[in-house]
Amino acid sequence: MKYTKDHEWIKIEGEVATIGITEYAAEALGELVYVELPKIGNVYKKHDAFAVVESSKSASDVYIPVAGEVVAVNDALTSAPELVNNSTYQDGWIAKVKFSNASDLDEAMDEASYKKMLQAK
Amino acid sequence: MKTTKLNLVHRQQGAKMVEFAGYDMPVQYPDGMLKEHEWVRSGNIGLFDVSHMGQFIIEGKNVADFLSNITPTDFNLSTNFLAKYTVLTNENGGIIDDLIITKINDEKFFIVLNAGCKEKDAKWISQNLPTHLKFQELADRSLIAIQGENSAKIINNFLANGDVESINYMNLAIFNLKNSHEIFVSRTGYTGEDGFEISISNQDVEAFWLALCNNQNVKPIGLGARDSLRLEMGYPLYGHDLNDSTSPIEASIGWVVSKTNQNFIGCNRVLAEKANGANRKRMGVKLLDRGIAREGTEIKKDGKIVGTLTSGGFSPNLKISIGQGYFNPTEIKIGDMVVAVVRDREIPAQITSFVFVEPKTKSIKKSS
Repeated sequence: MKYTKDHEWIKIEGEVATIGITEYAAEALGELVYVELPKIGNVYKKHDAFAVVESSKSASDVYIPVAGEVVAVNDALTSAPELVNNSTYQDGWIAKVKFSNASDLDEAMDEASYKKMLQAK
Repeated sequence: MKTTKLNLVHRQQGAKMVEFAGYDMPVQYPDGMLKEHEWVRSGNIGLFDVSHMGQFIIEGKNVADFLSNITPTDFNLSTNFLAKYTVLTNENGGIIDDLIITKINDEKFFIVLNAGCKEKDAKWISQNLPTHLKFQELADRSLIAIQGENSAKIINNFLANGDVESINYMNLAIFNLKNSHEIFVSRTGYTGEDGFEISISNQDVEAFWLALCNNQNVKPIGLGARDSLRLEMGYPLYGHDLNDSTSPIEASIGWVVSKTNQNFIGCNRVLAEKANGANRKRMGVKLLDRGIAREGTEIKKDGKIVGTLTSGGFSPNLKISIGQGYFNPTEIKIGDMVVAVVRDREIPAQITSFVFVEPKTKSIKKSS
């Protein structure tokens, strides 16, 4: 698992990246009440806003950490957005993206570096 | 930033703090806004620190005449201990603030007004104040709201004697704590639940708060859930749903204008609108599909923008987004189908009453 400075997590399987938001981000937002998912087939540049997570208080963009095409979205979040809070790294995934450039992942952090970044906050 | 006397207690209770009206306030505790909202709605008791609000006493001979001049409400009709919701109006009939004014006796009234308007209101009232009246802030008092069924029993445990259950909705009574210090107990609130607001001395508030929190049916509730609770009731929030240019008729709170009060600041516009109708009225908007419409969301009908939400958000009770905004009543009626434009997405919505959830305040219970 990799992490970004924008608090997304990335799980790589072959050339597909599963993307979600980290526990830190989920906790900061509070319990989610709505997730706006991208459409399958949409193509994004790295760092494009590709999903929106909303808690009762605020809405936040989720930035895609790798350029590529959306190949799957987590429809379960439509009726149960709280999965992002309750099962952040499993059932709370947002989308799967077939990435076009593996080097996009170079700046993503491993768990230790991400934790270090949070501690420095 | 300003703080209330409970600032440290909120932090110790794990609150997430935010700036609100110049005060460092708890927006939520560890349970989070949704659970806090549901807690208050499901027969439990929520505790709110609202000490940032302004508490004032105004006194002197014929003080009711003055209050009936700075608001559209006739305070000569008030009975002792009646708490009236009303507004301060400017010369143009716009709302300077909404507030609660409670008659203590013929020569003394207790005023509670919004934190964000405190300086502005105090300045306005002082400017208009006849020299024989005295207007002063109760800076030595905190304000706690205790909301939810069975709040009365819990409060009674702290009294030297008496029963707050005897207070009618929108009334106040004065009791003594066991240490004999006086508290003002009003059967009022901003949640739609039966409940009380207690004005208590700064020196007693921390012990009172902590003792209340020892009860397993009581939890502290942050400003986040306070906002979603009031939004479900259709209560307006000053600075969002009301401002210096909104009239009470536009805001659909025309009942604050007493029939017997024909002469108050801003009466020309307010009375004309009361007689002939206003060009815009506050109404509710309910989304019919997923998505959250917040303040600023444009509402369209047949492709044309017909209004903008002044408040909006997720209703934990209805599990859908709700809001309120101003619409031209000749163009838009309750029941009309519209769309809410959220990030370029047009979400189907309907114009409704701004009361989304039935209030359970005492007077409603009696009449049903």
